[in-house]
Amino acid sequence: MDENKKAAQKKKITHGFMMALLILLFLIFIFPFILVVINVFKTMGDITSDPLALIGAHGFTVQNFPNAMKSMGFWGAFGNSLVVTVVSTVLTLLISAMAAFVIVRNKWIACTLLFSGMIASMVIPFQVLMIPLVSLYGGVFGVLNHRVTLILMHVGFSLSMATFMFHGAIHTNIPLELEEAAYIDGCTRWQTYWKIVFPLLKPTIATVAIIDAMAFWNDYLLPSLVLGRKELYTIPIATQVFYGAYSTDMGLVMAALLLAMLPILILYLFLQRYIVEGVTSGAVKG
Amino acid sequence: MKRNTMSYKIQQYVMFAGPATLLFLAVVVVPLIYGLYLTFTSWDGVSTQRPFMGAANYIAAFKDAAFWQALGRTFIYSAIAVVMVNVVAFFLAYLVTSGIKGQNFFRAGFFIPNLIGGIVLGYVWQFVFNRAITAIGRSLSISSLSIPWLSTPNGAMACLIIVSVWQYAGYMMLIYVAGFMSVSKSLMEAAQIDGCTKAQATWNVTIPLMRSSFVQCLFLSITRCFMVYDVNLSLTKGEPFGSSVMAAMHVYNQAFTYRNYGTGQAEALILFLVCAIVGVTQVYIGKKGEVEA
Repeated sequence: MDENKKAAQKKKITHGFMMALLILLFLIFIFPFILVVINVFKTMGDITSDPLALIGAHGFTVQNFPNAMKSMGFWGAFGNSLVVTVVSTVLTLLISAMAAFVIVRNKWIACTLLFSGMIASMVIPFQVLMIPLVSLYGGVFGVLNHRVTLILMHVGFSLSMATFMFHGAIHTNIPLELEEAAYIDGCTRWQTYWKIVFPLLKPTIATVAIIDAMAFWNDYLLPSLVLGRKELYTIPIATQVFYGAYSTDMGLVMAALLLAMLPILILYLFLQRYIVEGVTSGAVKG
Repeated sequence: MKRNTMSYKIQQYVMFAGPATLLFLAVVVVPLIYGLYLTFTSWDGVSTQRPFMGAANYIAAFKDAAFWQALGRTFIYSAIAVVMVNVVAFFLAYLVTSGIKGQNFFRAGFFIPNLIGGIVLGYVWQFVFNRAITAIGRSLSISSLSIPWLSTPNGAMACLIIVSVWQYAGYMMLIYVAGFMSVSKSLMEAAQIDGCTKAQATWNVTIPLMRSSFVQCLFLSITRCFMVYDVNLSLTKGEPFGSSVMAAMHVYNQAFTYRNYGTGQAEALILFLVCAIVGVTQVYIGKKGEVEA
């Protein structure tokens, strides 16, 4: 009895210690974000004189937000990012799931070739392709500076991984008998795919959508190479250009950084469970 | 319906895999081949002529001292960052799987840096290093804190490592958490009944069984650190005096700033080969000793 009590007490102490450690680590982890939040409501002078104070000497201000929005063209960049991310994600899902279906169900040479090519390409980093990409599509075809070009490139780069994941899902989770039953009932392949297979892929669709949408939204290097005109900028490019021009006005910078982070943080608040699950299953399979 | 005719097969393939094939060829395969061709030409990005150069670009790449310096720097940075990322991530995973209250909240919290792009993160940390830490240093009058770390070469490297650890630890933590969860609790209990302490059981039972998680995390963190660009650009921009230019940034500058497309592409291929060799070796060694319960 006494032994048990002692053990329970010891357990309680270790738990308390671990809890304190976790809270401390958590605070260190979010310290940069806290810093941005407390400084965004200060004037430029207050930030320079004391960036750690909770409230600046000249009081509380929200003026940084409208100013930053205007000079970084926030709503335009937000709209561009949204269009590019949503269209690229939807296209990736549709195209790769379809390709995975035909690859899994047929042993044709073309399918094997495509799939092994995709698997092999997953190790190629973007840096190896960026120079030929720019010289080919910029220098030879001259199709840079269009959203469509960026979207198609996003889709092309994320296809391999997505097809690979759908391949696994169709292979293990969708019984062939189900499709055969549909054929007997008179469905064509096309109808079977859309009515039977695609709806059953929902969990994988969610995983791929989360991973790719986050990657598209945050990508900087590819969009910066493709989009050169201000009205096409996505949020990462707009932030980078804005920082180059206004890096001395700390108040504006803080507001711009917070604005750049807010959309995805708000989304995370609601979809946190799905995002964490999606990223984990994507990472473990990939 | 005839399912064996060639025309049926072609029609099916084009219908389902046509768009994927087309995009894959256009965005990955053709640029890869075209990139190889570029390494044998000299092109400035503007002119219509691309004179054939032979192996001159590769010779230029091998003679480019700045490139090898950047590559060496990337090695040092990656080695330190990869070890620290994985140590921190494993430790965090251990803490958030110990059955503590609110562990899902902490898991979600440590993951936050991964939601945000490297460009924005770099600027946030620039503020932390240049303003906040110097302010702490001044108010406590600690001289090593009052000069901005980003203004010295070693300091800039250290900052880059700190930010990378902070950025990737949460992501790798999730993989280690999945690893911890996959090891069945009964094995731990059996070890403890046999007289192991909890630490011994973790070291001798759980960690060997999580080997595949380690292999995966190491591979992911090695490839990511080797190819670091976004944070490098926004946090240090290669400064001070070009002392924090990583290999990927050097390749970018070589091609798009100095307009040596051929040499840049040759260096990109070398970088890729080095990274692939390191990554594959690591996976090979890691997989060899895998154990199963």
